[in-house]
Amino acid sequence: MKILVAVKRVVDYNVKIRVKPDGSGVELANVKMSMNPFDEIAVEEAVRLKEAGAAEEIVAISVGPKQSADTIRTALAMGADRGIHVQTDAIVEPLAVAKLLKAIAETEKPDLVILGKQAIDDDCNQTGQMLAALLNWGQGTFAYKLEASEGRAKVTREVDGGLQTVDLKLPAIVTADLRLNEPRYASLPNIMKAKKKPIETKTPEDFGVDIARRIEVLKTEEPEMRKAGVKVASVDELVDKLKNEAGVL
Amino acid sequence: MTTLLLADHDKGQLSAETAKALTAAKALGADVHLLVVGADGASVAEAAAGLDGVAKVLTAGGDALAHQLAEPVAALLVSLAGDYDAIVAASSTSGKNVLPRVAALLDMMQISDVTSVEGPDTFKRPTYAGNAIETVRTSDAKRIMTIRTSSFEAAGSGADAAPIEAVSVSVEQPGLSSFVSEELATSERPELGSATVVVSGGRALGSSEKFKDVIMPLADKLNAAVGASRAAVDAGYAPNDWQVGQTGKVVAPELYIACGISGAIQHLAGMKDSKVIVAINKDEEAPIFQVADYGLVGDLFELVPELTSKV
Ligand SMILES: Cc1cc2nc3c(=O)[nH]c(=O)nc-3n(C[C@H](O)[C@H](O)[C@H](O)COP(=O)(O)OP(=O)(O)OC[C@H]3O[C@@H](n4cnc5c(N)ncnc54)[C@H](O)[C@@H]3O)c2cc1C
Ligand SMILES: Nc1ncnc2c1ncn2[C@@H]1O[C@H](COP(=O)(O)O)[C@@H](O)[C@H]1O
Repeated sequence: MKILVAVKRVVDYNVKIRVKPDGSGVELANVKMSMNPFDEIAVEEAVRLKEAGAAEEIVAISVGPKQSADTIRTALAMGADRGIHVQTDAIVEPLAVAKLLKAIAETEKPDLVILGKQAIDDDCNQTGQMLAALLNWGQGTFAYKLEASEGRAKVTREVDGGLQTVDLKLPAIVTADLRLNEPRYASLPNIMKAKKKPIETKTPEDFGVDIARRIEVLKTEEPEMRKAGVKVASVDELVDKLKNEAGVL
Repeated sequence: MTTLLLADHDKGQLSAETAKALTAAKALGADVHLLVVGADGASVAEAAAGLDGVAKVLTAGGDALAHQLAEPVAALLVSLAGDYDAIVAASSTSGKNVLPRVAALLDMMQISDVTSVEGPDTFKRPTYAGNAIETVRTSDAKRIMTIRTSSFEAAGSGADAAPIEAVSVSVEQPGLSSFVSEELATSERPELGSATVVVSGGRALGSSEKFKDVIMPLADKLNAAVGASRAAVDAGYAPNDWQVGQTGKVVAPELYIACGISGAIQHLAGMKDSKVIVAINKDEEAPIFQVADYGLVGDLFELVPELTSKV
């Protein structure tokens, strides 16, 4: 089977971001960027399917600025075979990303598209579900376990009360949750090899997709900061404070 | 026009999240219809009809909808959408699964995790694990939104029961996916999302036995829900649905007690709106102390049992 994976370039999860004082957004200059952690899990899952002989080809796709090509390179170093970079400097909302991925899926004809469940910058948790809708395919979101076989995929999903397993007819969409696997680090030889793997560069216009934003961000603010409280010296003092000061016991 | 709110329910019980999402739905200023999809809808519909501010309860059953899979539920919502100018659900795993599918089928953007309704088309929502709060305005014809329920009070109940109607449209199982099985934890404990006290354990617990021996007695004593850090869940000390954080559950109880949790931004994202935070950690520099109202430095294996015996 053939697998597409969607990989987004985002602010590294270890960075403590800063909101610009004028409220116009988040400071992105000179900030470390990485592949969205859930997308690393998506790539890893695809590579494992390939290593197990269940998949033949993995295509990594990223929508974003010039540097998103580096994110695709990371996916290639992990084991993807080639990349498609839809280059744009605009902020692209999940619906527009889904439309671009749909256009690519229509020509690539994959059996499975694996995405992250959520991008850790916009925290939207939408793109996979939207892509499934636009393609009229089944969806296995928040995947904890994936078993793919000829024409079908069994996905165990992390849901509020525990786990749910669904059976999907392929082609289908899967979105990766944290416990699906532990992504590998690319080895140096594989990083070198990845430099030779092809990346095709496209633009949203090539696909005739309108990426105009539907949601206008009027203002970006820091959340209300909590003040650090006090250290108490003993359990007795804690119980006393919780009872008599905070009134929560 | 009218707002349609998708109810969350499980095993014949209306989820407490729905009453909170209802408060956000009412803030849009229009009548709210509550839609109950799936099997065991009858008792849920009755509970829903008693919530204050529900104008009508709609029910939709049948085989295709029995397990509330995203594909048929989204098809149902799209067929009802013409009568509504807002479609709302809690940011539960079910709401997050279904609503983006609805939005895409209507060619609209969803607004995820709304924490405040600022006007009929203007909302606040957190991004970057809650480290930046955006005020956003949609230009789409309808508002499709999921609600971060920890930011809203639950609507009351006891009002005159709203009328209950079965929807007239029927959906067929599109054959894209089918339900296989589920493993849902059953517990007598309060739900994480609605408990007034949450006791959480982190990697420091070291094993599921210790988690049980140290965290559970305190939770029992306080009638608390139990939470966990991702590290504790990944290590198998606690089940996945206990994870609190950016990618787990977001909670805002009256009292949150973090035991052996360092306070990574991804964890803080899920609990920093709690009213009172207590942290127990042996590292006095742990970042969790920066958000804790009361910090206790020391070994949790001594301090937590002592606390259990004294509350
Ligand atoms: C994409 C992504 C999403 C994530 N989402 C989440 C999420 O939703 N929720 C979440 O929690 N994490 C999440 N994480 C993980 C997060 O970054 C941290 O790794 C995690 O929260 C750490 O868990 P912890 O605090 O239990 O473990 P650690 O960071 O290892 O902390 C253990 C703490 O226990 C203390 N300790 C050790 N022994 C004792 C003792 N005997 N007595 C008292 N204290 C002791 C230590 O001092 C330390 O502070 C996410 C990460 C990524 C990349
Ligand atoms: N610009 C993008 N390029 C590639 N993949 C993306 C992009 N935006 C979102 N995705 C994919 O969609 C998932 C969910 O993103 P979101 O809906 O924004 O939370 C991500 O984990 C990626 O797999």
